[in-house]
Amino acid sequence: MAHQNPDHDDFIHSEEFLHHLMRRQLRLSVACAAAFLILLFGLPLANYFVPDIMAQRVGGFTLTWLILGVLFFPFVWIIARIFITRSMALEEAEVQLAAEGNEKRKA
Amino acid sequence: MPEAASFDYWILTFSAITVIVTIWMGFRSAKTSKSASDFFVAGRSVSVGWNASAISGEYLSAASFMGIAGMVMLSGYDALWYPVCYACGYLFLLLFIAGPLRRFGAYTIPDFAEGRYDSPVFRKIAVCFVLFIGFFYTMPQMKGAGTTLAYIFPGLPYWVGVAVVGAVITLNVALGGMKGITLVQAVQYWIKMFAISVPIFVLLSVYGGYGKNLSLNGSAADIASPPAIVQTVEPSTPQRLALPEKAPADEAWISPFGPLTTKAATAAGLSPEESKPLSLLYTFSLIVALVCGTAGLPHILVRFYTNPDGVAAKKTTMWVMILIGVFYVFPPVFGVLGRNFLPELYAATGSKGPDKVVLELPILIREKYGILGSILSGITCAGAFAAFMSTFSGLLVSMTSALAHDVYGRMLRPQSTPAQRMNMFKWCAILIGGVSVILGALVEPLEINFMVGQAFAIAAASYFPLLFMSVWWRGMTMKGAATGMLTGGLCALFSATLVNASTLALDKGPMGKLFAGFSGMNDFWRAHPLLRILAEQPAIWSVPLAIGLMIVVSKATKKTVPQDIRMKMLVLHAPEKLGLKQEYIEEHQGMGH
Repeated sequence: MAHQNPDHDDFIHSEEFLHHLMRRQLRLSVACAAAFLILLFGLPLANYFVPDIMAQRVGGFTLTWLILGVLFFPFVWIIARIFITRSMALEEAEVQLAAEGNEKRKA
Repeated sequence: MPEAASFDYWILTFSAITVIVTIWMGFRSAKTSKSASDFFVAGRSVSVGWNASAISGEYLSAASFMGIAGMVMLSGYDALWYPVCYACGYLFLLLFIAGPLRRFGAYTIPDFAEGRYDSPVFRKIAVCFVLFIGFFYTMPQMKGAGTTLAYIFPGLPYWVGVAVVGAVITLNVALGGMKGITLVQAVQYWIKMFAISVPIFVLLSVYGGYGKNLSLNGSAADIASPPAIVQTVEPSTPQRLALPEKAPADEAWISPFGPLTTKAATAAGLSPEESKPLSLLYTFSLIVALVCGTAGLPHILVRFYTNPDGVAAKKTTMWVMILIGVFYVFPPVFGVLGRNFLPELYAATGSKGPDKVVLELPILIREKYGILGSILSGITCAGAFAAFMSTFSGLLVSMTSALAHDVYGRMLRPQSTPAQRMNMFKWCAILIGGVSVILGALVEPLEINFMVGQAFAIAAASYFPLLFMSVWWRGMTMKGAATGMLTGGLCALFSATLVNASTLALDKGPMGKLFAGFSGMNDFWRAHPLLRILAEQPAIWSVPLAIGLMIVVSKATKKTVPQDIRMKMLVLHAPEKLGLKQEYIEEHQGMGH
């Protein structure tokens, strides 16, 4: 690791890198959270405003029971899967960026 | 009928095997865990598969195994929010907290609190909530234990079951430590999964499918246009039994905003139109509590540190979500079947009420299939044992570590030797186990699942804001974090306790007498249904309160933001490959820490 530099003026320790890092991570997390929260908070609202549709029977279940009791779980797995794949790719990209940034500063 | 069916050897055998295997594994691995760091965080060498099973095993408590089924039976649709949010809370943990915390590399939440703010004082404040949340979470586990033992040994008083199970687990933890627990937890996940799914498949093949059983509960929409399914019921499907008076009506049970969320409004005599917005508020508050609370559970976060690196931590979380998600499909099915075929439970309360539906339902097929009914009931009892034993062990380890590691090792006797601390660990385990048994004996009249929900609400208002804000906002100061966490958490703790005390005052048994002083509260709740809902489900106001206070106080004390905040944030967010963590540690040592 290139940290012989005690006063930390290389790229990895710069404000710019940290800012960039946190913003990209937060954006990914917030996007995934939004997809999840829309369904999570949307379902009670649907129950509230369109109860007739949500009470329709699908194979014996009411529609709302089927969504909450069964379908919700696979939906969350998909979001988690997407998040994990993206965030690992993001880490790779950040390592790359840090290396490039350090090179540039030295030059 | 259940009273007459005295003692069943099959049920006893399966339960005994679970208990013996658990204890045997604990003792066996106690031999291999010698050093103090082994004892606290399992030597940090656990593979993804084992760790995911262990986290799931620890997480699926008596609430998941017994409580959800009981609550679905009692309250219908509204209770489904619990299993869904228990599973989805993990997503929140994954999205915002798991990665950064793992990179920062502290053993526990108090470790993180100290490291993030360079403040040993804050550690002492933060450690309190390990105990608060822990005790709230152990109460329902103890009720699960008392209920199960009272079912296996008809006539055994509830509190004896609580005391016996509490003593066995406490001894196991005092001697085994966490290394034993990881292995035991992982095995217990698979016991629970087997025990909840196999009986369901058998029961559904006897009584007809999940959907068919739900369709026996007509809603208002169905009466207008009767669904075709009901007429074409196969002749082999048994008819549902008549519901007793105490059971909620079909329409209220199967529709959203049913008995659980309208209880306060109904008690206040509001009309259905007036009570519906209150029910919506109740539902939202419940969701906030469960989703945010998962991230703040002290015994779950510790496990992220047992992963070798951040990628493994993320993979572990993915597997945990799959393992617990699959599990949570099953308990509501027990609730639905219980409503149709075991309605006499509605008439009973305490440890004889719906909370035991999972244990008792398989017995019903004994008439037709003889011994198979007993075996299946034995299997669900074994699962229940695995459930409360694993969660209680995990909580006991977290709470005991907090007491032995923090309160004793850092506050009372900082100069104590490792041997003294190991010894203290054992005494603390016994102390906390004892308090848990006493608390557990008090709560028989309360629903298992409801109590766990309260523990989540307290976690949501204390640790969740602390972790979330500390990870993502560099402007946080120690004073801001402490003010927010203490105010939010204590408000939630206070309202949950008040609601429980006033519910216990309604009990007709001995608890009613003990808590009679609180019966006046119930008149107040009847006059103020909105306040009752806000006290019963405090997350919707206490979480924003905690976060708001953190922001305001931190802004006011801007000067005390830690000096090396940029470095701390880098350690939290930069990929581990860059090696910043190592550098950070060296720097801190250089500064004389």
